[in-house]
Parts: sequence; C-alpha cells; structure tokens
Amino acid sequence: MRFLVWRLAVFLACCVAPVLWVYQAWIFALGPDPGKVLVDRLGLGTLILLLITLAMTPLQRLTGWPDWIVVRRQLGLWCFTYVLMHMTGYAFFILGLDWGQLGVELVKRPYIIVGSLAFLCLVALAVTSNRYSQRRLGARWKKLHRLSYLILGLGLLHFLWIVRADLKEWSLYAVIGALLLILRIPAIARRIPRIYKRKTVV
Amino acid sequence: MLIKLPSTSDCKETDVTPESIYLSRRALLGASVTGLAVSALPRWANAADPSQYADVEPGAAPQWFKDKLASTKWQAVNVNNEAITPFKDATHYNNFYEFGTDKGDPAQNSGALKTEPWSVVIDGEVGKPGRYALEDFMKPYQLEERIYRLRCVEAWSMVIPWMGFPISELLKQVEPTSNAKYIRFETLQDPKSMPGQRSGFALIDWPYVEGLRLDEAMNPLAILAVGMYGRELPNQNGAPLRLVVPWKYGFKSVKSIVRISLVSEQPKTTWQSIAANEYGFYANVNPTVDHPRWTQARERRLPSGLFSPNVRQTEMFNGYGEQVAALYTGLDLRKNY
Repeated sequence: MRFLVWRLAVFLACCVAPVLWVYQAWIFALGPDPGKVLVDRLGLGTLILLLITLAMTPLQRLTGWPDWIVVRRQLGLWCFTYVLMHMTGYAFFILGLDWGQLGVELVKRPYIIVGSLAFLCLVALAVTSNRYSQRRLGARWKKLHRLSYLILGLGLLHFLWIVRADLKEWSLYAVIGALLLILRIPAIARRIPRIYKRKTVV
Repeated sequence: MLIKLPSTSDCKETDVTPESIYLSRRALLGASVTGLAVSALPRWANAADPSQYADVEPGAAPQWFKDKLASTKWQAVNVNNEAITPFKDATHYNNFYEFGTDKGDPAQNSGALKTEPWSVVIDGEVGKPGRYALEDFMKPYQLEERIYRLRCVEAWSMVIPWMGFPISELLKQVEPTSNAKYIRFETLQDPKSMPGQRSGFALIDWPYVEGLRLDEAMNPLAILAVGMYGRELPNQNGAPLRLVVPWKYGFKSVKSIVRISLVSEQPKTTWQSIAANEYGFYANVNPTVDHPRWTQARERRLPSGLFSPNVRQTEMFNGYGEQVAALYTGLDLRKNY
C-alpha cells in the first residue's frame, strides 16, 4: 500500500507536466512559437528525469530509505516517454514531417547525431526494462543499463551544442550530472555515510 | 422605308448592362464601399490615435517623439498580403541577450532600462563628431513607417511596422570622410540595468557590436528606428534607438544604440566573434546557405499555432532582392555569408 501511493504520486507528477505544457501551448500561453517551446521543454524534461533517475541509488545509500529504488524503473521509463515526445515534437513542429530533411539533418548536424544516439540507447534500456529481460540477461543486464551514464554524457553534449550565448543553465545540469557519476566511483560510493540507520531489515 | 436616326442620347444595344451584373449590383456596391472604408481606415484612425494597430499597449513617449507623429509618413513601405505580427508577440518574443537568453526575458527584465535622457556618440571618420542628446540627434529627421519582414537567424520570422528614418540621412548630417568604409554600432553597456551582462557564464563580450558596409548603410531600406506599431519602441525591442536592416538576419539590427562610428576597417561584430563559422559579417538572409546547426530554407512565421504550424519558404534577401541584390554583385555569398 505504501509503495502503491508513492508510485502513484510519482506517476502523477511526471504525467502532469507534459499535459499542462500541451494545454498552455494550445492556448498560446507559451508565446507565438509554442511548438519550439514544447520541444525544448520536453528535451530539458528528459535530461532532468535522467538526472533524477540516476539520483535514486545514491539517495538510497545516503538515507538508507529503500523506497527510492522502488520508483527508479518508473522514472527511467518516464525519461524514455519524454524523449519519445521530444522526438515526436521535433518531427512535427521543427521538421514539419519532412522526412527527406531528416536525412540531411542526421548527416550534417552533430547535435542531432548525438541526440539520436542517446535516443537509441534509451530505446535499448526501455525495451529491456522488464523482469523477463532482467532474468534473460542476468549479469549482462546490469552492464547494459550502465549505458545510462553514456546517455547522460550524450544528452549533455546535445544540450551544449544548442547553447548560443549563455552557459549558466547548462553548467548547472552538467555539475549535477558529474556529481551523480562521481558518487558511483566505487572508492567514493563505499564512503557515502548513512544518515539514518535502518531500523529493521525489510 | 423608315429610316430610324438614333438620337445621340439613345443607348445602343452594346451598352446594355448584362443581366448578371445588373442583378449583382448590390454586392458590387457593397464591396466597393467596404473597400473604400478599409482604405480610408488607417488615415481615419490616425486622426484620433496614431496607433492604428489592435491591442497596442500605450507607452510614455517623450515629447520629441509625440511632436514627430503629426508629420509621420504612414505606410511608406508595406508588405503585400502578409499579416502584421500581433503587438503582444512582437514585444514578448525577443532576442535581447542583455536582458536574458529566454524569449520572454527581455519583456520581463527590461523595465529598469532608463531611456531618458539618452545620448548618442558619433565618432570615427566623420566631419562632425560629437555626443548628441537623443532629441537633438533626431531633430533633422521626418519619421516614416516601414512595414518590414523580420527574419531571425533561428528560422522564425515576423512582420513589424517600424517607425524611423533612413541611415543615409544621418550620413548626410555627419559628413563621413573619404576613409569611412564601414559603419559600426554599439549597444549600451550597463550591467546595473541589464542582467544578462552580469552573467558570469555569458559567451558574449559586451557591449554588443554590429556593423554594415557603407554602401549597405546608404541603401534606402536600412533605417534607424525609434518606434513601432505607431508608438515609441518598447524597451525590450531596443529603445530608444535601434537599427533595422530587413534583408539581413535579425541579429544585425542592433538595439539600444549609444555609439555610431564610421570606420575604415570591417568592424569585429559580436556574433562573428563568438562563432565565425555560424554567423558571418554580411548575415544576408539566404535560403541556400544553412546555419551549421539548422536549415535556413524555411521559417516559422509567428504566431505559428501548435496544430496549424505557419511554415513558409525563406526568400533570398528576405524578399528584398530587387532593392539590395546589386550591392553584392561579384561577391560569393556562400563564402561571405
């Protein structure tokens, strides 16, 4: 029951944002170029969800609260959902469904190439996120899902190459991303102190 | 034999109005009356209020600006059958990085910019250098309304009714010397009122600098603007004085100008300094030369709805080729983008 409420809360929180954005875009509350704003927000949302997903394990170690891990897969799948919407929005609003142009963009624009690579990796992770794949892949599953670190790097590069004149926002996400990766270095991970001791083993 | 001599006042058979036209006379009359009313509307609206555009927020125009409204030449240049961008969009979707990098930042953060008093420095290769108070600087010029397409390098566009005067008239006043080959413009640098200039992460080396070749500046389409939509410029649109060069990407049209210099060497412009492979000195609107990160062949004419995207083909020189193409004969526009 506790898990159910917690999971549902996370589900609703992730669901509300894009619904709200589409509504705002619809009524022109996002300005005169709503398609572009929507694509940008979904892209940033993808990055933020990836960072949140990657924060679950360090948070669990830090606090000893096991519930962080309970929502990790769901958050990862939300990250994938956002990137799917980001790509759909890009195809629809930026590309105008001009598939010939997509070929040109895929060859000529480094930030599109990097973004597409990250997307393909996310597809691989989403497809293998179920219990069946976990059992089938065994030890390899964990290795495969370390791709999320690569995805973070590609995502940050994709974002960096879009920046035109001010690196402030990008730097914020890059620092958080770097911190989350550093916390995974075994020598450092071992030293993460537990703030709360677990009372009873569940 | 009866010879019928028609009197001169008689109608001939060929003069008979066809029945269909006779029957549609009311529609015809209605249409022509509407046409008359529409064509008379701007002038009629002017009499009551200089702003003939819907939903324009009234500003607090300085006296010199109000004095010029009576003699303003309205619609001196217009666009054919293209809708003028709503005032709200033209003033709330801006690139003015001095006030932040988001499109809404300039509208939100430019309130602290003090545009009165304002002075403009004229220097370099001119016969009459000096620092002028804006009202004195503006004295010789009659305002003209110029309705221009604005094409941003980011592949969106608008149609905006500017009010200003040709740079060529300024050049007549300041008397460039024979050494003057380029004109250089500089935006205000004032971190106190411009939060973007306080950012430690900005890639721009303030102040913002732009420039034109002297013959480009002499082209009648190139203007210095002090107003838009029948009122003075809002701060986020580059008050109180900005450049408008409609056949070039928007970033050439430098805002909130404090210094105009005539120089002999091509000035080092802001975007060129940040990324020379992406932004050239000329920056002419050109659908055949892509920005390295996106195509320039098409543009989103704003407002562009979520489910009714307003995408159109970008025109060479933003549709002003007839007036400006001659400036670039013999110049390779692929290299000189």
